[in-house]
Amino acid sequence: MVQLNTKIGSLELKNPVMTASGTFGYGTEYADFMDINRLGAIIVKGTTLNPRQGNPYPRMAETPSGMLNAVGLQNKGVDYFVDHIYPEVRKFQTNVIVNVSGSCIEDYVQCASIINTLDDIPAIELNISCPNVKQGGMAFGVKPESAAQVVSAVRKAYDKTLIVKLSPNVTDITEIARAVEGAGADSVSLINTMLGMAIDAEKRKPILSTITGGMSGPAVKPVALRMVWQTAKAVKIPVIGLGGICSATDAIEFLLAGAAAIQIGTANFIDPSISEKVVDGIQEYLERHGFNSVQEIIGALETD
Amino acid sequence: MLVVSNRMVGPCATLLTLQYPGDLPDMIAGQFAELLVPSAKVLLRRPISIHAIDRVNNLVEFLIQIVGEGTQSLAELKQGDKVNVLLPLGNGFSYRTTHVARPLLVGGGVGVAPLLFLGQELAEHGIRPTFLFGGRTEDLILRKEEFIKYGDLFMTTEDGSAGEKGFVTNHSLLMDSESFDRIYACGPTPMLKAVARWAKEHETACEVSLEHRMACGIGACLCCVEDTADSGNVCVCKEGPVFNIDRLKWFN
Repeated sequence: MVQLNTKIGSLELKNPVMTASGTFGYGTEYADFMDINRLGAIIVKGTTLNPRQGNPYPRMAETPSGMLNAVGLQNKGVDYFVDHIYPEVRKFQTNVIVNVSGSCIEDYVQCASIINTLDDIPAIELNISCPNVKQGGMAFGVKPESAAQVVSAVRKAYDKTLIVKLSPNVTDITEIARAVEGAGADSVSLINTMLGMAIDAEKRKPILSTITGGMSGPAVKPVALRMVWQTAKAVKIPVIGLGGICSATDAIEFLLAGAAAIQIGTANFIDPSISEKVVDGIQEYLERHGFNSVQEIIGALETD
Repeated sequence: MLVVSNRMVGPCATLLTLQYPGDLPDMIAGQFAELLVPSAKVLLRRPISIHAIDRVNNLVEFLIQIVGEGTQSLAELKQGDKVNVLLPLGNGFSYRTTHVARPLLVGGGVGVAPLLFLGQELAEHGIRPTFLFGGRTEDLILRKEEFIKYGDLFMTTEDGSAGEKGFVTNHSLLMDSESFDRIYACGPTPMLKAVARWAKEHETACEVSLEHRMACGIGACLCCVEDTADSGNVCVCKEGPVFNIDRLKWFN
């Protein structure tokens, strides 16, 4: 029997497949389509200290092999999560990770410390890379100093596994990754969406209400793969890879590039049972190549 | 699902008939499906409302306006092809839970699509609806011969080629506001807003089906939101696509 289990800091995953924040709701939306409990983890949508209405419609534009979104962290706030969502998601027999965002350091810290008290949430993913909010979000994640600042503040308030989600909208992502590693992150996940834009030529207007938005989907995969490969060599903490993964083969490419786990995002919109299929596909690949464990392929890219 | 037939039924519209493998799930008029587009150029599914169903043969019909690469690919499907479909999605019109005796079904363009299924359903409940459809020209008012099986059909066209000249809200049918106890409408947003305004002014209950750009179709991505008086931004795919106009912030 092939071993699929992997570790992110002290967090044990039954397999390396997670679902990306903002693409999987609270998991419950997908329960009709697949067995959520077969996943290594689910990362629920971006949660902030206070409720957020998000950006006005339209928030989405389809692009060649991808899409732009400008949701803007719509959520009902951490208190609502604790009272109404947590009692439901804690029933899942998989790791439920909360993506935490904020517009200032104090918001991140308060939100993280509230989630720290929830027994069945073993980790948070700190979102310092959302391109769709005016304040905070990506602003923290594009400079090593501010990234380290928010991570060390949250580190003091949060004692479980701390994953930091990085923005690709930087010159050198390894610099940011090293900064957050130094500030106490247990893991980095990358990439969040790439800043993009879509125009309606007939109307001579932007398609998104916010003009720019975050691009995801298969079109960003080569960039994500490159950044995961660079980052995995630059830091000692585990790297979680995401960006355009649509199949087990895509997932395996990220593992070979050095990711200890992967997340599936936009592909959930096209096939709501894709993440379960990716688990099966990774297992099939390992068996076909005679590996005993998924650990044998993590970072196993042969470059000479 | 298996493609049983696919044929053009208007200048830019195709009627796609699919067979469900097994018994059709229960569906409410106004609900929709997400169809996987058979083209490598198109990533996201296309949300298409359920146009009609045949419970005996487990068939579902979709009336699809060809507006871009996605719908063009769906129009090119051939008999015997397979299509991956998620259905039924969203919430439909309230006819199963709300009493209605004299419904007016207002449609514009391809927005007539869900109203045939609604007409079928109302007819099964012994209610004969009135249809009021608008289009730029007569040939853009689709499937007239099907609708008249279930109720009376009135039309407006912008060029006067069929029915009365003008927009649906100018039709003489609306001179007597007591004629109808509920309006169900689907079509372009300006038409829906005009219908909703008429309904408010005449204190007639009104439900509209919205056509927002969607990605997931199941309430996960939060792309297709509409602002509501009671809950702020909600997903049209999950909370809608049919809304009672009282929930919408259109007029306040």
